[in-house]
Amino acid sequence: MTKLGDIAHARSGDKGNHANIGVVAYTPAGFEFLLRELTSQRVASYFAGLGVSKVERFELPRVQAMNFLLHNALAGGASQSLRIDTQGKLLGTAILELDLPTPTNLTAMQRPAESITS
Amino acid sequence: MALRIGNGAGFLGDNIDAPRRLVESAELDYLTLEYLAELTLSILARLREKDPSQGYAQDFIDVLGSLTPALKLQTDLRVITNGGGMNPASCAQAAARVLAAAGLSDLPIGVVTGDDLLADLTRLQAAGCEFKNLDTGAPLSSLKSPIVSANAYLGAQPIASSLAAGARIVITGRVADASLTVGPAMHEFGWQWDDWRRLAGASVAGHLIECGAQATGGLYRHWQTLQLAEVGYPIAEMNDDGTCVITKPEGTGGEVSRATVIEQMVYEIGDPAHYLTPDVDVDFTTVEVDQVGPDRVQVRSATGRPAPPSYKVSLAYKAGFTASGQLLVYGQDCVEKARACGAMILARLERAGCKYDQSFVECLGAGESVPGLHTAPRDLREVMLRVTVSDARREAVERFTKEFAPLITSGPPGLAGYAAGRPSVRPVFAYWPTLVPRELLTPRFEVRTASQWLAAEGKST
Repeated sequence: MTKLGDIAHARSGDKGNHANIGVVAYTPAGFEFLLRELTSQRVASYFAGLGVSKVERFELPRVQAMNFLLHNALAGGASQSLRIDTQGKLLGTAILELDLPTPTNLTAMQRPAESITS
Repeated sequence: MALRIGNGAGFLGDNIDAPRRLVESAELDYLTLEYLAELTLSILARLREKDPSQGYAQDFIDVLGSLTPALKLQTDLRVITNGGGMNPASCAQAAARVLAAAGLSDLPIGVVTGDDLLADLTRLQAAGCEFKNLDTGAPLSSLKSPIVSANAYLGAQPIASSLAAGARIVITGRVADASLTVGPAMHEFGWQWDDWRRLAGASVAGHLIECGAQATGGLYRHWQTLQLAEVGYPIAEMNDDGTCVITKPEGTGGEVSRATVIEQMVYEIGDPAHYLTPDVDVDFTTVEVDQVGPDRVQVRSATGRPAPPSYKVSLAYKAGFTASGQLLVYGQDCVEKARACGAMILARLERAGCKYDQSFVECLGAGESVPGLHTAPRDLREVMLRVTVSDARREAVERFTKEFAPLITSGPPGLAGYAAGRPSVRPVFAYWPTLVPRELLTPRFEVRTASQWLAAEGKST
């Protein structure tokens, strides 16, 4: 298995009682792989413990990103949720540990070395 | 020449020195200061309820004080903020006092109003607007709880009009965050209000900088080497063709890279093909993002469709009270012990006659902050017990706050952290997302000098 975090970085926030997670692939090859493997079903089952009612996936191919909208993920949202993470701020970090099947060309999907030093 | 629009605040509570540092370290045409998250207005509404002269972002007044030297030196610098909150006119008067004290009595301040619908709800309902809840479809008339605030998200037009009338500071209530950037672009470039492509470009720029340092390295996964202690706040260099370059002041920490900008582009959005603002329906899926230099990222090819026929309304109503307390629990059995303490607190409260509408026990450190993903490791030695309740009765929630300290002597050994005192009770405001047709509202603006605002003080509200 491969962790999503080997292939992409992410950021999350709230939209009322919904949470959104933007996932950004490091490379075009990684984005192609995520289009196949990082389905809304996979994200929904990963975050089943949040009580999510529906997950929608939107694609932004020109920037190799996708946006996941997790419906009713926040147990009431910023004002009403009793959880410590009322705004879904942790989800962008949490999703990086999601397991995916290991791609044959994993090295073509990892963060390019030149960007690590930039 | 590109128009340089910086953002020095991304929410009420953001770094108070950032706006001054930004204008001192970069030459800006406009400084925007964004203070209103979804529910900030209901908090400001409560302040206004207690004192009719309050209800705006006090942080803005403090920040403005720090900006007066720059406003004197940089005579073209203009400031645009939604820090007026629930009371833009009082905010303008407070701002005028700060400016007058600094010898800037002649500085023109524009005030944008027309977003606050609270006093108008009955009239608007009579005019046929049902304010249906966008999630449930229920009309507002079915809501039994008192409404605290109701504000339409206005667009860039009254901001651009204030600038055209000479304002150097524009103070608004609720406007769409991106409109704080679109307003100056419209004013400076003279675009048409149906030039959807350019409006979309400026809206993308506004969206990218509206959360302050989140565009320049804040929240970024690879933050470790970015010197975030010295983080620079973002600048959008807006071009007449609707493209922009996102950058930050030289010599500051953080990073503006393709990665930080794309991460922020997908922050808190729904369908990226329809990012709706009062100015334009923006399509993010056509946007191209390219690194064009160190800490310089070009953003282009945004497209847009006609603005929606309605304004989004942020309406908040009272939904009881809440409080949350924490205790550190130590020991080999820390998780079980923390759970037992949580149950003990709630049992003692129940014996005292307090059963809550909602209660929740978390063992923070044991993997519970994102429910369902991880279980506690076997060798865990400490967790933070967090107990939270909410209820319609304030007194029941008050009683809850008194049930933590007794565990010091009447609970298990290995507890710490009560020195912070009793938790505080806060009111809960629930959110009723809805719309209002454009034709029912009239955004207004008024530009006066600081001394004129002071002369008007007390005569109007």
